[in-house]
Amino acid sequence: MARPVSHNTKVKMVEIPEGYSSEGFFATSFDKVIGLARKNSIWPLPFATSCCGIEFMATAASHYDLARFGSERMAFTPRQCDLLMVMGTIAKKMGPVLRQVYLQMAEPRWVIAVGACASSGGVFDTYSVLQGIDQIIPVDVYVPGCPPRPEAILDGFMRIQDLVGQESMRRRHSQRYQDLMNEYGIQ
Amino acid sequence: MTNFEESFGVLSFAAPAALNLKVMQFLYDDEELQFRFLTDLTAVHYPHQVDAELAVVYHLYNFREKVRLRFKVFVPVAAPQVFTATKLFESANWMERESYDFFGVEFVGHPNLKRILNVDEMTYFPMRKEFPLEDQSRIDKDDEMFGR
Repeated sequence: MARPVSHNTKVKMVEIPEGYSSEGFFATSFDKVIGLARKNSIWPLPFATSCCGIEFMATAASHYDLARFGSERMAFTPRQCDLLMVMGTIAKKMGPVLRQVYLQMAEPRWVIAVGACASSGGVFDTYSVLQGIDQIIPVDVYVPGCPPRPEAILDGFMRIQDLVGQESMRRRHSQRYQDLMNEYGIQ
Repeated sequence: MTNFEESFGVLSFAAPAALNLKVMQFLYDDEELQFRFLTDLTAVHYPHQVDAELAVVYHLYNFREKVRLRFKVFVPVAAPQVFTATKLFESANWMERESYDFFGVEFVGHPNLKRILNVDEMTYFPMRKEFPLEDQSRIDKDDEMFGR
């Protein structure tokens, strides 16, 4: 008789990174191991201000299930988060608040701009709306759409995962990164 | 008092800017009129009316008789000083700050006349009709990436 509980047999495991192995040891580089660990347990900080935030809620709920990517743990304190997800219109008055949230995040940190408003101001081509959050903080991935479907948000999220997984351990100490931060007036 | 008219079922007239408080005080105190509630206070910019570009509009209400009244004062945009109504109506405080924020009307005697909705660093009055719809001089737009 079939058991009443069926187990998921199609569990997909993360692939073992490139390296040397033999009996009793496996050697690979720190970059790959740490990248692997980071990309599969990103803690997002949802900064949701409008309709894109609603789409994100659908993304995080059971049907689209952001938890499949190791990100079920939303945190609302920037100090514990790796990924700032900006979803929605950012008014100029909200700009300093968003910047403060970004500054409170510890390195390494990533930013995703979800939707037309966060990316470029969208339809709000007006005096009170910030014309894209990249005016005040650096952005890693832009998700187009008004608002984007959950699939698009997941696609953007997977691109963030690619960036996280491939990032060199030295990137955040590089002169180029320092220059990028200086461009935004951060240190 | 000039320009009496009735639009949208509300009597409307214009008063000299220097007399706005006297008019309001009279409408408040008079036993028959009793306009003792300030429904709304806002400003309008008429860029083509020379020396009377800015209008401040007061909407008054008589609760007992359910009668509304609207009156306007006009000031030049170069010297936009109007006496504050906050001594008569406390509710004018918020609305005068808003009118200052968006139109730059200076309410003489207002206890705290600073921006209320826009960022403090803003150097212009956004609701004045002096900006082209597609402003090519704006520096906060990023056309390079988004091709507007």
